[in-house]
Amino acid sequence: MTVRPLTRPAAATAPHEIHARLAGVTRTYGAVGGRGGVHALGPVDIALRRGEFYSVIGPSGCGKSTLLDVLSGLSRPSAGTIVFEGRPVDGAVPDGVGVVFQEDASFPWMTVRDNIGFGLRENGVDAAEIGRRVDAALALMGLRDFAAAYPPQLSGGMRQRVCIARTLVMQPRLILLDEPFGALDAQTRLIMGDELLRVWRETGATVMLITHALDEAAMLSDRIGVMSARPGRILAEIETGWPRERDSRIAADPGFGAVTSRLWGLLREESLRAIGAQAPAGADRA
Amino acid sequence: MPTRLLDTLLVLAVGLLAWQGVHWLAPDAVTSPAGTVARAAEMLASPRFWPHAGETAWAFALSLVFAIGGGLAIGLPLGLHRFSAEVGEPILVSLYSLPKITLYPVILLVFGLGLSAKVAFGTIHGLVPVAIFAMNGVLALPPVYARAARALRLSRWRTLAAVLAPAAVPEIVTGVRIGFSVTLLGVFIGEMFSSQRGLGFLLMNAIGLHDVPTMLAIILMVGAFAVTANAALLALEHRLHHRPA
Repeated sequence: MTVRPLTRPAAATAPHEIHARLAGVTRTYGAVGGRGGVHALGPVDIALRRGEFYSVIGPSGCGKSTLLDVLSGLSRPSAGTIVFEGRPVDGAVPDGVGVVFQEDASFPWMTVRDNIGFGLRENGVDAAEIGRRVDAALALMGLRDFAAAYPPQLSGGMRQRVCIARTLVMQPRLILLDEPFGALDAQTRLIMGDELLRVWRETGATVMLITHALDEAAMLSDRIGVMSARPGRILAEIETGWPRERDSRIAADPGFGAVTSRLWGLLREESLRAIGAQAPAGADRA
Repeated sequence: MPTRLLDTLLVLAVGLLAWQGVHWLAPDAVTSPAGTVARAAEMLASPRFWPHAGETAWAFALSLVFAIGGGLAIGLPLGLHRFSAEVGEPILVSLYSLPKITLYPVILLVFGLGLSAKVAFGTIHGLVPVAIFAMNGVLALPPVYARAARALRLSRWRTLAAVLAPAAVPEIVTGVRIGFSVTLLGVFIGEMFSSQRGLGFLLMNAIGLHDVPTMLAIILMVGAFAVTANAALLALEHRLHHRPA
């Protein structure tokens, strides 16, 4: 299958060129005058390499989604800096960053085609170019037969594809996904994971995936950042060493078990802490 | 849907029978259905009727435009900001429960006798329900819509105009439907007092002359208009809430 690339292929770059960086990022909610509130995140330091597939995994409530919010520019960090392509990110989503959410964000009053082209129309791209990019995205996400359908007529997996396609047509160089397959059944998740890998290869974009699923992180990623219980910090970064051409069948690789067991070794304590931390004592209240 | 049509016809038939029954019990207060329809036909054929109907239609149309426009202008921004909505809602609700007829003398003093007073009175009736439904419609939207709009780099204004307002359309239509009937009520009440033109004026005139057939004919015509419009809006609302059809 040949599809017109949705993103400029990455230029020949030095290995490990830093695409986006979080430095000393923290996020506190509800603090008034620096006191009280909930310390949700950090400090976190992550350097995303251009073109890599990076996953963030952590126990529930550790601030994974908060991390994505501040990296994308959807919210401001309480402290620390975020840099994307050499420019600081501050309170707005920069051009070149695309976000896919866990919740169904497709617009039920628009057809699939109009949903996918929505961001382009709003950003003043001309109609011919919108048509070309939407057609390419429809093909890439296997939605060609559903272009005229409305999202409520589609399954959850198809609706999430619409949301991914709507993000892809903007030609993001950094794609952030917040547990995008969390609401889907296990088989659909595997299929969607494979599709995400294909999209990642074909677009050449940098991908950061937030997930709570060990196998998903192990299967898809070049690198995995393991987060602690709240306030979330990066405990370790694990390199999987998978080849760029890969899919969910990597689960049969002997190395796969090693990666997941290492992840679980790091996460087990933290998950127990996360569950225990829900007891009344607010240990992390300042 | 033949059963739906049958039900409607059945309700109509029962209504007509009840009407005829009341006519037999009190022939001086209520004209028979046949007599009323005959009088209505007579009025519709009379050239003197149409300027009054036109006056009412024009006042109603203006009121509706102001009520919907103003209601959306108040309700949509309030819905964007939870705190403002929490402050605004009790104010809107208490304004709505205020017996607005008590304000009519004030409105007459401000706007004078004539079209503008009727329009103002109709508008204050319809504005609040449109505002309340628009506000709640936006508040109830999944937060991910606004987040997705921000991620696609829409401005606050475009987020409201291109995402939140269309997403809230089913709720807004419900507000418009309710606003529609109370706006009509407001315009009509406005015409019944201190007005020299319009169907409300004709109605008051007929009451003064104890012209029962004319009274009933006006009630029938206005009622038929209101019920038809309400049914059309209800059908639209139904389609929007269960879209796509």
